[in-house]
Amino acid sequence: MTVQNVATAPQAGVPKTSVWRRIWQQDGPGYLFLLPWFIGFFGLTLGPMISSLYLSFTHFDLLTAPRWAGVDNYVRMFTNDPKFAASMRVTMFFVIFSVPLKLAFALGVAMLLNRGMKGLPLYRALFYLPSLLGASVAIAILWRQIFAGDGLVNKFLSIFGIVGPSWISNPNYSLWTLIVLAIWQFGSPMIIFLAGLRQIPQDMYEAASLDGASKWRQFWKITLPLLTPVVFFNAIIQTIEAFKSFTPAFIISGGTGNPINSTLFYTLYLYQEAFGFFRMGYASALAWVLLALVAVFTAFSFLTSKYWVHYDD
Amino acid sequence: MTDAPMKLTVVGAETPLWRKRMMSVISHGLLIGASILMLYPLLWLLAASFRPENEIFTSASIIPSAWSLDAYFRGWNGLRTSFGVFFTNSFIISIASVIGNVMACSLAAYAFARLEFRGRKIWFALMLMTLMLPYQVTLIPQYVLFRQIGWVDTFLPLIVPKFLAADAFFIFLMVQFFRGIPRELDEAAMMDGAGPWRIYWKIILPLSTPVLATAAIFTFIWTWDDFFGPLIYLNRMSDYTVMLGLRTFTDSTGLSDYGGLFAMSVLSLVPIFVFFLMFQRLLIEGIATTGMKR
Repeated sequence: MTVQNVATAPQAGVPKTSVWRRIWQQDGPGYLFLLPWFIGFFGLTLGPMISSLYLSFTHFDLLTAPRWAGVDNYVRMFTNDPKFAASMRVTMFFVIFSVPLKLAFALGVAMLLNRGMKGLPLYRALFYLPSLLGASVAIAILWRQIFAGDGLVNKFLSIFGIVGPSWISNPNYSLWTLIVLAIWQFGSPMIIFLAGLRQIPQDMYEAASLDGASKWRQFWKITLPLLTPVVFFNAIIQTIEAFKSFTPAFIISGGTGNPINSTLFYTLYLYQEAFGFFRMGYASALAWVLLALVAVFTAFSFLTSKYWVHYDD
Repeated sequence: MTDAPMKLTVVGAETPLWRKRMMSVISHGLLIGASILMLYPLLWLLAASFRPENEIFTSASIIPSAWSLDAYFRGWNGLRTSFGVFFTNSFIISIASVIGNVMACSLAAYAFARLEFRGRKIWFALMLMTLMLPYQVTLIPQYVLFRQIGWVDTFLPLIVPKFLAADAFFIFLMVQFFRGIPRELDEAAMMDGAGPWRIYWKIILPLSTPVLATAAIFTFIWTWDDFFGPLIYLNRMSDYTVMLGLRTFTDSTGLSDYGGLFAMSVLSLVPIFVFFLMFQRLLIEGIATTGMKR
């Protein structure tokens, strides 16, 4: 019955109101269903984004009103803040080493599993488990213990007569313990690689091996090119995740980023500035530099993708 | 699913059988080795939580010489506030977040996947862009806002955003799934006079239990694991989540009660592990399908 009304109402030619009714009938339900998301988008995302951009040009301690500071925060960051420079170095180092290594492990294991191995579901589940648990504080605590001076790693090394250092309190190694922790969680990109490998038509390999192409050549000429969309996807997701990483560095260093700032992740520094020193303006500027970094990286990846990502269709 | 790769080896008929056998043994050897290496820390943690305290730092084995539940009792009451309170808080926040996420994200996803309205493409693109947004960019104004309305030291800043579909990832996940449901079902229902709400409620949701379950489980796990949110919004120990409790434990005990700390760490992983055991297929499929959408 209501359907009938909808169909006949415009033809009946009710003046003026009918325009609004038509708009309501066409667009109303969509916007109603989106209402919670709209409130969230404007109130918790877009509004705060604009506000944090403004705050990044102020000095703001949360208790008194923000004081306009022009570009002071940004100037200080790039010219007169050794901790900023340190945190940038640490984060870049972490991203550059953890992401490719993690993806290499993920792809290697996925290819091994894709050979039609018996027990694939079991292996897949076992390798996935660390990814699922890894974000937890409990795992960071465990890691701190494993790489401590009297920790598990050094117990094993002592079997071979090696006296290992205290990995987490040695600035030469502390960041590497966090990189190892990231690599340990290669399970979820591995699952995505596995799904991608399944999509590669088997007859391509059959044709290639009939032509006498070695396994090595098949990997470089078939597997990798056809898998580039998945590599691309995984690389972007994992890189953004690596930039945002916070909890492990916080727990392992007790919130300090020490020894001598060697685990001072960018996010950790931002947290210290905002909630340790209540320099909210400066922290906002840090956040915008992070956003710019992520945006530049993403844009760069998308722009270069047409040269190395292989899309059929 | 095991058929396809098998063909590959059949085609390489030049490779003798013994070589294939050897390759298989080597592959399994590698995988088993890797599994042990990866799971060893977890098993060691489990063992350490049952060990007598004096053995924790002397043993690298994963089988305790004597089993004891002492550490669990010590850890449970190791802080001023019992871990029972922390677990209750974590459960309240996580379950409320699950309800909020499933409701709000499925509403938005239905609009994006099924309804025609002006501006849909733009809103959808904006929604996708929020996926890439580092949360730090909105963090401080959000904190100021929640502080002004008196929500700091309550669970609301952790829960309410979920009811406003702030986790765009799940909207995306659901849109992908809803698009796979045949449109004829909607059209038939529309013929029978059903409006968008009834189609959403009576057709789309009942047919989407796999994706709703996936979203629910991931929301639970991610909220349970969340450390940053509780760290900035919850300051009273009676409001702490398990993750904050663990962190306080590492600070306050000054390395004295490792057994208790490990025992509580193990307990904090139990809910996640239970989900993993019950739903690993669903979780793995969820990752694989979203991963394929480029």
